[in-house]
Amino acid sequence: MPPVDYRNFEKVLLKHADHPDSAELDYYLSHGGYEGARKALTQHEPGQVIALVKASNLRGRGGAGFPCGLKWSFVPKSTPKPKYLVVNADESEPGTFKDRIILERDPHQLIEGILIAAWAIQASTAYCYIRGEFVKGYRVMERAIQEAYDRGILGPNVLGTGFRCDLTMHRGAGAYICGEETGLLSSLEGKRGLPKIKPPFPAVEGLFRCPTVVNNVETLANLPHILTRGVDWFKSIGPDKGPGPKLLCVSGHVERPGTYEVPMGINLKDLIFDLCGGIWKGRELKAVIPGGSSAKVLTAAECDVAMDFDSLMAKGTMLGSGGVIVMDDSTDMVDALYNILRFYHHESCGQCTPCREGTGWLEKIVGRIRAGRGRMEDIDLCLDICDMMVGKTICVLADAAAFPCESILRKFRGEFEERVRKGQGFTRKVLTGGPLVQPGAISAHNQERRIEAAHHG
Amino acid sequence: MTQAEATERAGGAGPREFSEAAKRRIEWLYSRYPVREAALLPVLRLAEEEFGAIDGPAIECVAREMGISPGHVYGVFTFYTHYRREGDGKYVLQVCSTLPCALRGCRDVVHHLEERLGIGPGETTPDGRFTLKKVECLGSCDTAPVVQVNEDYHENLTLEKLDAILDALP
Ligand SMILES: Cc1cc2nc3c(=O)[nH]c(=O)nc-3n(C[C@H](O)[C@H](O)[C@H](O)COP(=O)(O)O)c2cc1C
Ligand code: SF4
Ligand code: FES
Repeated sequence: MPPVDYRNFEKVLLKHADHPDSAELDYYLSHGGYEGARKALTQHEPGQVIALVKASNLRGRGGAGFPCGLKWSFVPKSTPKPKYLVVNADESEPGTFKDRIILERDPHQLIEGILIAAWAIQASTAYCYIRGEFVKGYRVMERAIQEAYDRGILGPNVLGTGFRCDLTMHRGAGAYICGEETGLLSSLEGKRGLPKIKPPFPAVEGLFRCPTVVNNVETLANLPHILTRGVDWFKSIGPDKGPGPKLLCVSGHVERPGTYEVPMGINLKDLIFDLCGGIWKGRELKAVIPGGSSAKVLTAAECDVAMDFDSLMAKGTMLGSGGVIVMDDSTDMVDALYNILRFYHHESCGQCTPCREGTGWLEKIVGRIRAGRGRMEDIDLCLDICDMMVGKTICVLADAAAFPCESILRKFRGEFEERVRKGQGFTRKVLTGGPLVQPGAISAHNQERRIEAAHHG
Repeated sequence: MTQAEATERAGGAGPREFSEAAKRRIEWLYSRYPVREAALLPVLRLAEEEFGAIDGPAIECVAREMGISPGHVYGVFTFYTHYRREGDGKYVLQVCSTLPCALRGCRDVVHHLEERLGIGPGETTPDGRFTLKKVECLGSCDTAPVVQVNEDYHENLTLEKLDAILDALP
């Protein structure tokens, strides 16, 4: 693939986001708003819309990169049950803050995408599950939905076509796991946000045990443009197998963190060193997590890579949610990993033993390495635990914890070993200098407990 | 609002009752879902607004209103971290502590607040004004460090900015 021309790329999803009236219906309508939905509903059968989106190779922007049209096609055509469309606006993957811009600044773009998806799968009811912290986005969306109802864009007769579509905002209340689609559906049903075993997949049996499609905000925001500008236009942006405009969220140690709309396939180095102004404070790049904290880490030497689903997969990591977390050479990787593990342990819903215990053990073991109480065997012990977590649980939160852990331990092993070595110096001092024990006279377990006690004073 | 104010507004410590306006809102919520139980999270939000925080009597009120057991409501409520809880201060300061914010100095923010308020994470000042919470990624990592004060995000914080924000709170 030739290098993508990101400099001359004209924004699509964020084209209007900086305009003061971007959230107003009149502004949206005067810039071609709802033409895509009108076209879908008046000129295409639902099946044709699915075929069109399939042909566009639009892949989900929520994390898994699943082909959007294919997912829709799993919804049974003839079923007496109602069908549901659910918008995933939970945006809780660490390092991700793109959907927030659409929700707060271009709500009608999202509503239009919702109408197109709802028509395609023939869902008359849609819910938008938004994380509880996003109060502003919630208010902007509520207002936009009211406007849309008032003008016959939502409700019993969408755009005068006779198609019914109701949309309701539903606020979450602080739980990362409610971003996982089946956890989200449990939460939407008024329960604890516990993920469910798949199959059955939501497309067959989801919300209220009816066929349900869950799509990310950004995925849906692409739909109006695919309808109005066509499949060929969409496929001309970036790699053929997963094209389109992409919102990348850059955080951490760059000069200009932010959300960048770029063509899929931009080189990670161009993103960091050109668009984001390079590493802050004139420091050196050390590592990047390219797709939200659940993705495997890349070392500085590995950052010459195209930001698209397949290229990152080939590098052993993933595009995920598009959250690019940049770390400079002052970053303590033991600290960074400990932070990540604390997050996953805190957010594990606790249903599966490998996840509930595994995230806890990892946090504890890396925590003791960090505190200077680690043992050399701890590093391999952690790698073993990661092994036991991947692919063995109800949802992939366990994998999401194991991926960064395993990759950071392997790629920055030296830092962990050094911390253990330094700690052993400390331990020996405590053991010989303190009044506590005769080295070798106690079991390893007790030794550890006493050292802990000494350490905590 | 402090817990004492909330209790007073809610008509003392006895059984709670939703206002007429809240009851109309609840009816509307029921109309949006095929089963009533699905309205539980939004109804808890309403209870939070009406009573200032979710405490025992608020849970009983929600359960009565929705015809489900208080145990079930409590079980759901405790799964989520974002509702205002009994004993939360008038202002809940939620400092993001996840990796991207940690890379940009959220630890200094936490330390500063601990010193200024004389409390640790999870604690409330004796006057009931501030609760300090360390929370996970708020979805605003490009403007780290970030603190959510009740509903509002405060971004790109410096310690001076943070002090000014706290000083300006009514
Ligand atoms: C632990 C976990 C958290 C997730 N969080 C989110 C999220 O916050 N937002 C989101 O859109 N998808 C999230 N996902 C992915 C969803 O499960 C689902 O794949 C996505 O919403 C599908 O939409 P898409 O096909 O349009 O990408 C998460 C997945 C997991 C396993
Ligand atoms: S993997 Fe973890 S978060 Fe997912 S269902 Fe199992 S325990 Fe819950
Ligand atoms: S890590 Fe703090 S807002 Fe994302």
